[in-house]
Amino acid sequence: MSEATGKLAENIMHFARVLRQAGVPVGPGTVLDALDAVSAETLRNRDDFYWTLHCVMVKSHAHSILFDQAFHVFWRKPKMLEQLMQMFFQQVAMSGNQEKAKQAGYRRLANAMFDQAHQSSMREVDTGAIEVEARYTASQREVLRAKDFEQMSAGEEAAARQAIAKMRLNRLELPTRRFQTSKGRGVIDMRATLAASMRSGGAVIDLKYKKPCRREPPLVVLLDISGSMASYSRMLLHFLHALMNERDRVQVFVFGTRLTNITRQLARRDVDEALASVSSAVEDWSGGTRIGACLAEFNLKWSRRVLGQNAHVLLMSDGLERDDDGVLELEMARLKRSTRRLVWLNPLLRYDGFEAKASGVRKIMAHVDEFRPVHNLASLDELASALAGSGKAAHNRQYQPQKWLRQKA
Amino acid sequence: MKNKLPASIDETLALLGGADYIADRAIATVVFLALKMGRPLFLEGEAGVGKTEIAKVLAEGLGKRLIRLQCYEGLDISSAVYEWNYSRQMIAIRMAEAEGTKTSELEEHIYDEAFLIKRPLLQALEGDGPVLLIDELDRTDEAFEAYLLELLSEYQVSIPELGTVKAKQPPVVIITSNRTREVHDALKRRCLYHWVGYPSAARELEIVMARQPGVSERLAREVVAFVQALRQSDLFKHPGVAETLDWISALHELDALSLDPKTVNDTLGVLLKYQDDIAKMEGSEAKRMLDQIKSELAALG
Repeated sequence: MSEATGKLAENIMHFARVLRQAGVPVGPGTVLDALDAVSAETLRNRDDFYWTLHCVMVKSHAHSILFDQAFHVFWRKPKMLEQLMQMFFQQVAMSGNQEKAKQAGYRRLANAMFDQAHQSSMREVDTGAIEVEARYTASQREVLRAKDFEQMSAGEEAAARQAIAKMRLNRLELPTRRFQTSKGRGVIDMRATLAASMRSGGAVIDLKYKKPCRREPPLVVLLDISGSMASYSRMLLHFLHALMNERDRVQVFVFGTRLTNITRQLARRDVDEALASVSSAVEDWSGGTRIGACLAEFNLKWSRRVLGQNAHVLLMSDGLERDDDGVLELEMARLKRSTRRLVWLNPLLRYDGFEAKASGVRKIMAHVDEFRPVHNLASLDELASALAGSGKAAHNRQYQPQKWLRQKA
Repeated sequence: MKNKLPASIDETLALLGGADYIADRAIATVVFLALKMGRPLFLEGEAGVGKTEIAKVLAEGLGKRLIRLQCYEGLDISSAVYEWNYSRQMIAIRMAEAEGTKTSELEEHIYDEAFLIKRPLLQALEGDGPVLLIDELDRTDEAFEAYLLELLSEYQVSIPELGTVKAKQPPVVIITSNRTREVHDALKRRCLYHWVGYPSAARELEIVMARQPGVSERLAREVVAFVQALRQSDLFKHPGVAETLDWISALHELDALSLDPKTVNDTLGVLLKYQDDIAKMEGSEAKRMLDQIKSELAALG
């Protein structure tokens, strides 16, 4: 290997570090691949080099933009490298101080999600948490279960969050097209039958059976985080975190004025860490609502990617839409057509006197399979078991949208 | 006919071009590297941008056999890799019984290769490295993806009754995905990745002229400009290159020499496959777009 190649190898290694810092997952294996690709290559011009590195280092379309920027900065101006390295060292130093970073993240979360008053009172409760739990009686638990999230004190909220974390969800399993061995009847499994027959000498052929595997369908959650939902959305996020621990294939999106996919952020094991990273990823906390526009974005960009394989959709929103054009109705209809089951969770529906005055409510209601109020622990519990329902129609007649619309007409 | 592997990106470009596949340099680079490094090529992109076509063209250009595995939900080993021919095995057992063969011999006998039905993935490990196309991988489930990991890194398959089958010469593997679900990172890591986008106007015109040599250049220019304009507009599903080619052959069948609003309206169903999109474009919008591209083309001369 010539001197020049040695330099190139080093530079590619540095470039990989740049990408890693920028959030593109590039491992040492990839660097070796890149070196391999570059040496296999008859490097003719810059473009060839670009696409060579691109196809080895980029494994997702979303990373293309990061790669593009990094490439142009890194390989155009050699002197930029030093400046960049300096920047990394600063960043490394910052992230090295984990304790501090965590606090900062926590404060951001607190600012974004809880107001200051809550925060201070929460701390007091946290220190005495064990004591509170020890005195917890059944009747208190009942009171807590029925209490609206909106009216909870900070202490009650903390207790509710613990209750949510302990919640166990029933499983809804649908048959898939894959098979597993079955003790009882089913389809004859010829391979297992013959294998068993050979084991016993081939004289007797004992039939073995297989049956379809059952598996939970994917779940897609669309959570409204606009101002009007603020007191519910933070509880619901705790619920969703618990849900993600229980089930695989859950995708979570939040929307206010724009749509954000927070699945990766919410997948962290620790609930506080998860919510901290969610809050830094989302920019439109407690703002206005553009349900129609956000659903349009979901339908256009995500529905084809996440609604496969019989996905169920939970739409968590109060349905108070600002922009009143035909968009909401159109997009709800499209969403309904591309999911197996669409459930609408609306905290406002707990009021018996809740009228479908907001036109958004009526438009959403016309296109859902089932609706439920979610405003307290009891209703969340109910939802958890409803997720395991048959998936065909609302079990409970009171949650059927047609009936509700007729009543309110 | 057996062609050698291309030795440079330019040769790859020529190889694809020889089979009427007008590729941009990015695709040619990736294909060249995949062949050179013996890595699977993972192509992602919207429907109808020519992902599957690359495998077909490559097989044709290299003079290799194309083996295609269409993925679907519930795809399992017996339909993707191999299956034992149970009815033949049963007959063999009965025959052995009649002849009084020993059990140990019988077992060896009925798990012979002669009783094996080879499915695409096993077929791809035989011969002199054919082109293996695993089409629309996102349609199958994670379990199958995990199975592919061993196959794609070692180019071997283990059959419990028979042993391990290893490819003498690894196949050229092309995997495509429409992104209806994310494919796991572990699989992508073993592949060279490329996002196949919509072609530029100039390249699309080249593609149209190469694939539909009979059409007038004027019509081709207008069609390409119209489709390119559609891709800029706010539609649920933008038309792919496949739709462009379908449309131009439809227009050719109708003996159209130039686009006019009525023909566009009548044949919009060839381009757009969602009712909402058609409703949005029909009538005045299509006319407006048509007028705009015609004036632009006129300005260009």
